[in-house]
Amino acid sequence: MEKATVVPKTVELSPSPHLRRRLRNQLIARIIMIIATTVSIIVTVGIVASLFPIAIRTLVAVGGQLFGTTWAPLFSPPQYGILPLFTGTLMIVSIAMLVAVPVGLAAAIFLSDYASFNMRRIVKPILEVLAGIPTVVLGLFGLYVINPDFVEKYWPIGEPLAYTAVGAGFVTGILIVPIIASVADDALSAVPRAMREAAYALGATRREVAVKVVFNAGLSGVVAALILAFARAFGETTIALMVSGSYPMLSANPGDPMMTLSAFIGFAGIGDAEVGSQAYNTIFLIGAMLFLVTLIFNILGNKIISRYREAYE
Amino acid sequence: MAQSISLKSRISPRRLFVDGSFRFFLYLSVFISLGMIYWIVSSLWNDAGWLLSWDLITKYPSYDIDNAGFQSPLVGSIWVVGTATLVALPTGLFTALYLEQFAGKGNKVTRLIELNIQNLAGVPAVVFGLIGLAFVVRGFIAWGFTVGSAAAVIAMLMLPVIIIVSREAIRAVPPSYKEGALALGATPWQAVWRLVLPSAIPGTATGSILAVSRAIGESAPLLLLGALSFVTFNPTGLDSPFTIMPLTIFKYASDSREEFQVLASAGSLILMAVLFVLNLIAILLRDFATRKRNV
Amino acid sequence: MSTVAGKPEILDPVFTLKNVSVSYGKYVAVTDVNLEIPSHDITAFIGPSGCGKSTLIRTLNRTNDLIPGASVAGTVLYHDADLYDSKASPVEIRRRIGMVFQKPNPFPKSIYENVAFGPKVNGRPKKSELDAIVENSLRGAALWDEVKDRLGSSALGLSGGQQQRLCIARSLAVEPDVILMDEPCSALDPIATLRIEELMMELKKNYTIVIVTHNMQQAARVSSYTAFFVTDVNPLSDLRTGKLIEYDATTKIFNNPSDPRTEDYVTGKMG
Repeated sequence: MEKATVVPKTVELSPSPHLRRRLRNQLIARIIMIIATTVSIIVTVGIVASLFPIAIRTLVAVGGQLFGTTWAPLFSPPQYGILPLFTGTLMIVSIAMLVAVPVGLAAAIFLSDYASFNMRRIVKPILEVLAGIPTVVLGLFGLYVINPDFVEKYWPIGEPLAYTAVGAGFVTGILIVPIIASVADDALSAVPRAMREAAYALGATRREVAVKVVFNAGLSGVVAALILAFARAFGETTIALMVSGSYPMLSANPGDPMMTLSAFIGFAGIGDAEVGSQAYNTIFLIGAMLFLVTLIFNILGNKIISRYREAYE
Repeated sequence: MAQSISLKSRISPRRLFVDGSFRFFLYLSVFISLGMIYWIVSSLWNDAGWLLSWDLITKYPSYDIDNAGFQSPLVGSIWVVGTATLVALPTGLFTALYLEQFAGKGNKVTRLIELNIQNLAGVPAVVFGLIGLAFVVRGFIAWGFTVGSAAAVIAMLMLPVIIIVSREAIRAVPPSYKEGALALGATPWQAVWRLVLPSAIPGTATGSILAVSRAIGESAPLLLLGALSFVTFNPTGLDSPFTIMPLTIFKYASDSREEFQVLASAGSLILMAVLFVLNLIAILLRDFATRKRNV
Repeated sequence: MSTVAGKPEILDPVFTLKNVSVSYGKYVAVTDVNLEIPSHDITAFIGPSGCGKSTLIRTLNRTNDLIPGASVAGTVLYHDADLYDSKASPVEIRRRIGMVFQKPNPFPKSIYENVAFGPKVNGRPKKSELDAIVENSLRGAALWDEVKDRLGSSALGLSGGQQQRLCIARSLAVEPDVILMDEPCSALDPIATLRIEELMMELKKNYTIVIVTHNMQQAARVSSYTAFFVTDVNPLSDLRTGKLIEYDATTKIFNNPSDPRTEDYVTGKMG
């Protein structure tokens, strides 16, 4: 291939017509991608715009009543004491964590430090199946099995009925076990093998390595797992609605029915409340609170995760 | 003369006991997790296994238990989640492509977008129902309680998950492919479209199927969007009223009569069967993709 | 102002570098390079690791544009066109100045599709044209006979040496002017290396080749001109900057170098 010895100037390197067309296609593609990316921003803006104006207005209208102890916005006269919703939510979430944390962490330690390659191949999918059970099915389980066969029969305090907080808590615990297990497993598996080998070389047993070395090293990730699981349980609607009943009772007895923040939204949303009515608006107030609480927890959890990921890279 | 060395274990009995108990506790927990699945499925099966028949898929919901079925909720779920996927998948994929291949890494705007997506992934499902209620159903878009509104809300729910899994799939493509393509005079977009994207498709598809599974099982957001009504016909279009599987189950469960409890359990079995098949497809896809990559 | 030893007379160079420095952010990777690269010949960049030879070769087709924070000072002329002129299109540049990388990187496609990729993105060739291009490129890379019966099979199934020749065929398919090679044989066994060196000697009849290599004997075997770089370590900051020490005909560099550091390197005393 002979090339002419004298080559014309810079013009040679500017785009040929075919290249110009390709660059134009690239520009179109870029525009499409940017539009797609803005969708995610629009969604967040939409959440804030749909919740907060109404929420703030309701907050102002309702004001100090929020500190009361009776929640009955759909009754007349309406009462806006939000305490029962908070105690109900915290009760159910606490029971869920009580159930899920030991099981989930144990599964995580098992996966990261005890399971052989083949055992991992079996257990991981099991956890994924557990994670895939729809909340309505879990709610059914709580309603048909846990509450009637266990709680109603054996709960020592008081006279539990068909709807109980402890039942809802237990079933929500089943829901979040996979979250704790997989996030904590990621964190523990990320601990460098060298650290384990050093401990083994000092004569430590497997349990000692797993608990005293790996768990400590991966502690931040484990904490993140717990935070994320907490947030998930906090926002869960269907289970609470089906299993703990729709009566916002203020009580310290888990055997009683209770209502959570998100269950209230579901409950009120089913009824066809009149648009613009106070009752309708309380849904958005509660929704805004829910959004803020879970947002804070999720940001915290994710921040911890990205920090420990950096530490290992 | 050789010294005799004993390599017998010198761990104290107490330590061994703790080791053993710990190990037992771990295995017990794994067994409990497995057991929960078994417990749930077997309770459902005991309740309603006998009721399973093709009738349940061909008939429509009804208060007459001998004639009740799940056709409209099943079809409704397909309509809603299908439409949502058609919207969320390309949007999510193109967002992931942009963030991974075309956006400036580490600059403030990109970081903010990534943070936003991460946060959206953790928002409770019911909040998406609220945004649907405010805008799509009653607000300035005002589509009403229709398949379209539901699909919009479910698409919002699926979007963050699809973006996150697509990004991971794109990141897994070796950068040497793009480098090689650019060295041949391809534009960056050509390199991405012809080389990076096809290699990332299997991973994206696997993750998206999992997003679809989750969407099919979602009940909370659509509770607020009128899917709880007793709908005994299949949707006819995006403007049609509808119901979905999880909420029909919910509705039956709310009825205290025993026949409806059985129906609810039967519906749960059907729903879980559908999800099981979907997950199987995802796993097969993942295997196929890994095998293709390791030619 | 250059303290470079050796100034060969090169008529009508393909590349002319004047006071070229490459930096990544504040870190200067290679500084003040002046040289001219002859056409239809093989020029080698040699030197110890970290001396910037890879960085420099990537300026010749603007591949270092892809690294964030990379900047080039000085002038890089391709024939008499400024590569870094604002109107110059990097995409067009890379078509004419191709590159073969250290680790062979065939696409996860068939052998045919690998070679056809370049022509397809650069135009809309008909199937018949494409078949001819693929065959000619594979012949040009001395790979045709080995793969002609399995053009549809995956490129990932080839051996390392074959994959590298496939990458060369891929570059040939877009009819470049220059082929840059960044340590093309360092991931290959000696036999495959020899085959590629033979291929290079064939290719130089029609293309200009610039090769980065850490294998001195390879440079001595194939190249006509050699540029020798070293790393300057800044005593204050401990940062290393590459510098061109000597550039001359290969025979002179290896038999009678002007600079004592060059002599140390090629006789194995340093490096």
